[in-house]
Amino acid sequence: MDTAVWLQSGLTAPILLPLTGALLAFVMRRRATPIGLLSVVALLGAVILQVPSLFADGPQRLAIGGWGAPLGVDLYADGLSVAMLLMTAVVGLGISLYAAAYFRDTPARGQAFWPLWLLLLTALNALFLSADIFNLYVTLEILGLSAVALTAIAGGADALVGAMRYLLVSLLGSLAYLLGVALLYHAYGTVDIALLAERIAAEPATWAAMGLMSAGLMLKTALFPLHFWLPPAHASAAAPVSAALSALVVKGSFYLLVRLWIELFGEIAGGVATLLGLLGAAAVLWGSIQALIQTRLKLLIAYSTVAQIGYLFLAFPLAVGTGATAWSGALYLALSHALAKTAMFLVAGNLLRFGGHDRIADLDRVVQRLPLSMAAFALAGVSIMGLPPSGGFIGKWLLLEAALTEGRWGWAIVIILGGVLAATYVFKVVGYAFTQSENPHQAQPVPATMEWVAFALAVAAVLMGLIVSQPLIVLEIGNPFGIQAEVAVQ
Amino acid sequence: MTPMGFGARAGHLLLIALLAVIFGGLALAVLSLPSESPGLSAQVEAAMGETGVTHPVTAVLLDFRGYDTLLELVVLLLALAGVWSLAEGSPFADRRPGTMLDRLSRFYAPLMLLVAGYLLWAGSASPGGAFQAGAVLGAAGVVLTLTGWRLPVALAGWPLRLILVSGVSIFILVGLVAFFFGAVWLDYPLEWAGALILLIEAIASLAIGATLAALFLGGRPEAHP
Amino acid sequence: MTPAVLYALTGLGLFVLGLYALIVHAHLLRKILAFNVMGSGVFLVLAGLAGRTASGIPDPVPHAMVITGIVVAVAATALALSLMLRVAGATGRARLPDEHER
Repeated sequence: MDTAVWLQSGLTAPILLPLTGALLAFVMRRRATPIGLLSVVALLGAVILQVPSLFADGPQRLAIGGWGAPLGVDLYADGLSVAMLLMTAVVGLGISLYAAAYFRDTPARGQAFWPLWLLLLTALNALFLSADIFNLYVTLEILGLSAVALTAIAGGADALVGAMRYLLVSLLGSLAYLLGVALLYHAYGTVDIALLAERIAAEPATWAAMGLMSAGLMLKTALFPLHFWLPPAHASAAAPVSAALSALVVKGSFYLLVRLWIELFGEIAGGVATLLGLLGAAAVLWGSIQALIQTRLKLLIAYSTVAQIGYLFLAFPLAVGTGATAWSGALYLALSHALAKTAMFLVAGNLLRFGGHDRIADLDRVVQRLPLSMAAFALAGVSIMGLPPSGGFIGKWLLLEAALTEGRWGWAIVIILGGVLAATYVFKVVGYAFTQSENPHQAQPVPATMEWVAFALAVAAVLMGLIVSQPLIVLEIGNPFGIQAEVAVQ
Repeated sequence: MTPMGFGARAGHLLLIALLAVIFGGLALAVLSLPSESPGLSAQVEAAMGETGVTHPVTAVLLDFRGYDTLLELVVLLLALAGVWSLAEGSPFADRRPGTMLDRLSRFYAPLMLLVAGYLLWAGSASPGGAFQAGAVLGAAGVVLTLTGWRLPVALAGWPLRLILVSGVSIFILVGLVAFFFGAVWLDYPLEWAGALILLIEAIASLAIGATLAALFLGGRPEAHP
Repeated sequence: MTPAVLYALTGLGLFVLGLYALIVHAHLLRKILAFNVMGSGVFLVLAGLAGRTASGIPDPVPHAMVITGIVVAVAATALALSLMLRVAGATGRARLPDEHER
């Protein structure tokens, strides 16, 4: 095959493989599980094969249908997109293996799960690869609707109400985003991000679009104070779904916001970056404190997500002046959080399966009884706290470095305080896991796959702290954070 | 409505004020746009000769931005997969129609098929196309459903699901054909473009119609596996 | 004021009106309808401003986008209605539990 075909398959395979898998799993319901597993393995293979050509040829652009922007829709992959694709494929494979075991006793739910889950992966990959803000709207909708439908699979009143609230929030976010797209198109005659970046100017239409699109994406990313919908939805869903929502789905809208910010809005935003950072700081503190006072494990983990999302937004003010360091830190944190948070929610699923509840105070000597799961929780906790060696440590370290080089002590204090609070809520869970509960309960067996997957992902989150340079090099292919490029142009 | 307390009323007024500010800001943005702007109409017109269709909106939907349309079919299918994961069986399961509805629907349903076929054909040159045709087909399905007609049980399993996914599938397949001839994904060879677009539209309208009717029906048609 | 701008301002009005209804109404059906009003507002902005061409023949690209948007809205509405029925079945009320009576 020639290079053109390679390029195409590299860019389209992450979208077409899970999509084809979803169609097959929808038609052949009884074979849904093997079809799903096979698709996700193929997806991971395709994304890994993509990396060498990215190193060799730099960022890649594909004009779908042969038209090219502004008439057609372009796909675009640089280091940032591929890092997100890798995260999705690795975490996606872990969640898929877990789900295959998790839904073994409830085949009807499993059959509903697979097509929706594969469509969710399709949407994420399409989102990470799209260079077109209208096309991105469609991917956002697929992402939101599949996430909502997956939340509802759990079936209880909590899950249904959580899914409903999630749906309302998701639709509101999409509509605000779409109105922003409409304004940008009518102001600049294109929906291609690269062309918009050339034409965009500081004027009312841009400001309005920035407000609408940022607000819509903040709502979808659950940035404080727009986080109210996240804990009930993430905590009431089935374990593999909770993991997917917390680890991957919120990263989709965050990624898009970062892209838009770097390419389009960053230079005209002014004080808005500080506002985003302040909301992020509030999220770190509020989310951590809320996590600390929760009595149910899944709610604790969900509020921890609210706090960790807050960290990601600290990059917006810190990037002013330090650029790549702050963005790399936030993205590194996002990647490690995906691994660690998946592990945590999967462990919570194991504990729920084991004891039939997730009340923290009633965890009954689970360290002795499910040692692998609790080891996974502790390792994931190391990354969430940001202790070395872990991916979370590297991410927070880069953010801290960005804050300190510019002498911004306030942001640095928030970063450290959030880590201390995280340590407190992680140790609270681990502490109860050692003690005997006053209400001992009948234990159900937990399939070994479900324990090992959680453990492997937690180990991966820690490994992210040992192999730092490779992920950082991948992230910087094609210069997604736009720092050196501008210098070169001048 | 219950009478509102002072706090609720103040909150309500605050909300209205906030929304007024949002409206004002957005209106300012719209009013600041240039009063004349061609958008992409010139580029669309220049490229029309390479599309195989003559109606510009159809050209944008199926050719220039065909990828959007593929994902849009995915959204429809996803909604149905979501609805089916929520419930099985339909609230209309045992409905018996009155004589009037029964007679009229026997007259309407074939007519709607005819209209859908026309809309599909007309789409290449004038307003119409797969979505319009699919909507009419879906409405025909709704009418038939209301009269108590049901898909035979033998067809309600994978044959129905095959029709539902056919729209997305044909799009992917036609795209891949171009791919293996060395062209870019979803780039139709010019001499075939018109025919391929019609093929995609015909199958897509069937899938859209089936999906819309199934969404109206609500639950999964077949019993538990 | 040109017709294009009038359409767009009407669209913005519908968007804000829908947002108001979405916030103040507790019943889920009203919230879902509010989304459809908001969506129509966005489509009106998108399609209305496409008429600002010199020739008077509107720009076809936003029209195609509106068709895509309508299909997405239909799909989302169907899923929302279905979910609403399940919520009503599970909780006995077609509203979110912590919403106040209005």
